[in-house]
Amino acid sequence: MSVLTLFTWFQNSWIGEGIRESRWLFPAIESVHLLGLAVIGGSVLAVNLSLLGLGLGRRSAARLWHDCWPWFIGSLTTMLASGFLLFTSEAVKLYYHEAFWVKMSALLLSLIFTATVERRTALADPDQVTPLRSRTVGLVSLLLWFLVGAAGRWIGFS
Amino acid sequence: MSPLEVCRWLESTPGSVALHESIWVYPIVESVHVLALSLFLGLAVLLDLRLMGASLSTTPVSQVIRRLGPWMVAGFVIMVVSGALLFYAAPVRTYFNIFFRLKMTFLLMAGLNVGVFQFTISRTVRQWDLDIRPPIRARLAGGVSLALWAAIAVCGRMIAYNWFDKAPAVIAR
Repeated sequence: MSVLTLFTWFQNSWIGEGIRESRWLFPAIESVHLLGLAVIGGSVLAVNLSLLGLGLGRRSAARLWHDCWPWFIGSLTTMLASGFLLFTSEAVKLYYHEAFWVKMSALLLSLIFTATVERRTALADPDQVTPLRSRTVGLVSLLLWFLVGAAGRWIGFS
Repeated sequence: MSPLEVCRWLESTPGSVALHESIWVYPIVESVHVLALSLFLGLAVLLDLRLMGASLSTTPVSQVIRRLGPWMVAGFVIMVVSGALLFYAAPVRTYFNIFFRLKMTFLLMAGLNVGVFQFTISRTVRQWDLDIRPPIRARLAGGVSLALWAAIAVCGRMIAYNWFDKAPAVIAR
């Protein structure tokens, strides 16, 4: 089965059709997606700012990682679920939309980077990590997440 | 000059027309507005959660405000500037939009909430700075703020939809 066939199947599913036919469902799901963005943005920023030595500072990174983790996972789940619903309503259009593929690739990279390199750096003893390394990790993570957000907004313009 | 007349005048200025008809600038301004949301609102949510005793429990409240405050202010300024530009691109339509009016009302209330917090419970922050569960008035301020900002964000998103837009004939009146 090709990807396009799969996307077409999603679009023709009762979920995709239901969202397309409703006047308010798409905006309502979009709103949930937007609120998820605020929370995930906050938790990503708080940790990365501290890795950059800004915000609450480098020494807070490990604590922030732990404090923000449940909110990160909660908002990520919210965004994935609401994003999937939005996707089903216009899957075929998205298949041909560059911004969609940019967003999905950036999302995958962001998640991998956050769960591996960033996690290790944030949880490490700050004295064992050079400031340059911390800053580079914070910056790369911020750029990756920024790309997810920017490409996501760009999906709406077409 | 009535607000509507001001909006009509704004809409007739070359800048408004250019912004409205632009292919790139308008989407870019809108993207800036949305992405600044995660800067401003994201950090504001963290502060609200701290005030409610739901997160960052080992970080003193005053430290969260002092260290993250400047970033929130920066995010807020970006939101106001980009938001003003979005309004400027379609003043009359936006003026009549029910969600825009709701959003501005909630925005005013959120500002009032910050003011009340600043002049009351926040003054005694030294006494409860380290409390995992701050006093009820601080928790209330956090909760009210969370609810209002959620409403503001949702209303903002809804401005783009024209369900309740008045008919063009009414606008032209």
